[in-house]
Amino acid sequence: MNLGLSIVSLARFQFAMTTVFHFFFVPLSIGLAFVVAVMETIYVVKKDVMYKHMAQFWGRIFLLSFAVGVVTGIIQEFQFGMNWSEYSRFMGDIFGAPLAIEALVAFFMESTFIGLWMFGWDRFNAGIHCAFIWLTSIGTMISAMWILAANSFMQNPVGFMINAKTGRAQMTSFGAVIKNPQLWYELPHVLFGAFVTGSFVVAGMAAFALLKKKNVQFFRKSIKVSLIIGLLATVGVVGMGDVQTRYIIKEQPMKFAATEGLYKDSGSPAAWAIVSGMDTKNHKTDWSIEVPYVLDILSYHKLQGNVKGQNAINKELHAKYDKKFGKDMNYYVPTKTLFWSFRTMAFSGGLFALIAIVGLIFNRASSTLIERQRWFLWVLGICTFLPFVANTAGWFITELGRYPWVVYGLLTIADAVSPNVSVASLLTSNIIYFCLFSGLGVVMIVLSRRALHHGPDDLLNAPDDAPYDPYGKEAFSHE
Amino acid sequence: MSNLQFLWFVLVGVLFSGFFFLEGFDFGVGMAIKSLAQTREERDVVIHTIGPHWDANEVWLITAGGAMFASFPMWYASLFSGFYLILLLILVALIMRGVSFEFRSRMESDAGRNFWEWAAAIGSGCAAFLFGMMFTAMVKGMPINANGDMTAHFTDYVNLFSIVGGVAVTLLCYLHGLNFIRLKTTGTLRERALKWAKPLYWVLFAGEVVFAILLFFSTDFFVKKPISTLILVVVLVVLTCLATYGVYGNHEWLSFISSGLSLIDVVVLLFNGLFPRVMIANNAANSILIKNASNSPYTLHLMTVIALSVLPIMLVYFIWSYWVFYKRLAS
Repeated sequence: MNLGLSIVSLARFQFAMTTVFHFFFVPLSIGLAFVVAVMETIYVVKKDVMYKHMAQFWGRIFLLSFAVGVVTGIIQEFQFGMNWSEYSRFMGDIFGAPLAIEALVAFFMESTFIGLWMFGWDRFNAGIHCAFIWLTSIGTMISAMWILAANSFMQNPVGFMINAKTGRAQMTSFGAVIKNPQLWYELPHVLFGAFVTGSFVVAGMAAFALLKKKNVQFFRKSIKVSLIIGLLATVGVVGMGDVQTRYIIKEQPMKFAATEGLYKDSGSPAAWAIVSGMDTKNHKTDWSIEVPYVLDILSYHKLQGNVKGQNAINKELHAKYDKKFGKDMNYYVPTKTLFWSFRTMAFSGGLFALIAIVGLIFNRASSTLIERQRWFLWVLGICTFLPFVANTAGWFITELGRYPWVVYGLLTIADAVSPNVSVASLLTSNIIYFCLFSGLGVVMIVLSRRALHHGPDDLLNAPDDAPYDPYGKEAFSHE
Repeated sequence: MSNLQFLWFVLVGVLFSGFFFLEGFDFGVGMAIKSLAQTREERDVVIHTIGPHWDANEVWLITAGGAMFASFPMWYASLFSGFYLILLLILVALIMRGVSFEFRSRMESDAGRNFWEWAAAIGSGCAAFLFGMMFTAMVKGMPINANGDMTAHFTDYVNLFSIVGGVAVTLLCYLHGLNFIRLKTTGTLRERALKWAKPLYWVLFAGEVVFAILLFFSTDFFVKKPISTLILVVVLVVLTCLATYGVYGNHEWLSFISSGLSLIDVVVLLFNGLFPRVMIANNAANSILIKNASNSPYTLHLMTVIALSVLPIMLVYFIWSYWVFYKRLAS
């Protein structure tokens, strides 16, 4: 049976599908752990039990997200061996180390302290209990650091040599792998993005709840805490994105040119295209609506300078790599996807900042404006979903912009795939994962909605000394 | 083979041992949700016994996989791409049981709870069985080419030997789970776990005898390492005797430790038989050896320093979390 499917395209589709789905829950878990930790810290400092209930209530969404994040993460670790065995052989010397360290350092920390946090409400005093959620939160961030160290090597290989005998990449300097500049531009951007995700999910869900006018105090305070975090995180994510952009112009110019839809060199001064029509077949830009100077500001923080287009970069890459990879390589990256992904991401960033500022103004303690501005609650509510779109767009740029390589300049995607896995096996696993993820996604949304629908009543109405049991019947049954 | 290569072969074995000891009772407890526990309250209690721990226990698997990647990428690449379909099913099983505990607690109807209880029970059972089957098939010898790529047919991994291996591991995990429930609960659950364990231990004895016979005919273990293999088989039987004694004499810690150690003994038996190989090929020339499968000395050295400095800290809080939730749960 030939469906015109190759193992490379199926393995790529699977990687995209599993990582995108996994990365819905990663930033959500990192972000929610942080927001919940802040809430519990306020409780410890202010002794206002409302904040404890906030931590417990939003902790329920966090635990759901964490559960799905963990199980979809196991697929990631297995996937390198299952679908990309040649990659694993080539990169094992460098890639395995951060992966193993991530498990040893971060996963044990997260999973142990989340257990203590979940079940420890009645066993520890407030300060120690609060430390558990911070240790969980720090664990999630350390985990991000190590996996991004691995990813950064794929974007910008450093601290290695190619072993002449085996042809494999071999680590020569762990320090260089850790100090990879790519990592230190990527990590803060990803972490701030995660905080944006966590805080806007809390703010957005709280906004939906406020529309029903129940537990107004509780949800207003939730919005306040989360929007303050959200605003700071948005500033961080935009700032780090800017720093990263200027790094990418130098290191992966093709990626940058594609995010701007540039085929020809821009010339100086460079105008920024808000929208463009691109002809990816003939490698040219048909039309675009431009704002003068902005591309130079983005690229160089100046009002002049030329930005190289993809056609010129393509020639350079051919000159550089033809000897090793042959003349037939295609160095053009998926321009349209990168172009629109960048605009999605940038637009979301601006919107988050605006909404956070307006929300905080509406939600001042002396005012009931936020409850009355129902249109705003709707806008904020819809913002629950936007961070996931922005995160995915960001990874599209990072990962698709690496085309045609799996490890930049060293190993092509086609050479990385498992040679012994059949199209049938890959098709089977793709279908199974697709069904599984659809199911998990639906359950996750239904359960989050349900938790919001029930609200924090069971927490607010319980006597102060009632035991808190996350699996207890009283926590969720409202039969 | 260098000392570091040997050390990492041992470390990967240690991590898998930790995984089977800890996740072994998680799998057993998972299966018990839909067998041993008979009322909703009992199922709540059974799930509670592993509630704070199962996630951290599963990290042992992730660490074992990561350590394998960081020390023997050739092994990791061959094993994971070779056993593709088994690992796919293992992933499905681990995912279903991994979300089941959290999702079940959010269900409002009996049907919803029932669904996730079955997901936990079947997921746990299948994961135990498939791991047993995979590791048994692995030591039997597989069609592997010179590049290390395994292209196995259905009968290569589904055959009498691997099925017996799978069933034996499942049974070991189930009994380990029952022993854990005996330690962590009171009342009828504790008594029922004891009552159920008694006849099952005789089934396990029979299973071990069949497994040992098949091991003799299906692998080269008794040819290449007759003494150590024999000792490890005898140790397995002795441990099972001790566990049985612990069941009949009602010594709860003795049965639990013995059942955990028998799972570790199985891992040691397999790793001992593998040595100095990591993957056994039908064509002996293509077997993947420790000395050819590892990363560079630089990376092994680095990983050794990191693992040995982090592991003690990690073990402290890991064990402490068990101590915190030590008390028995009443049903």
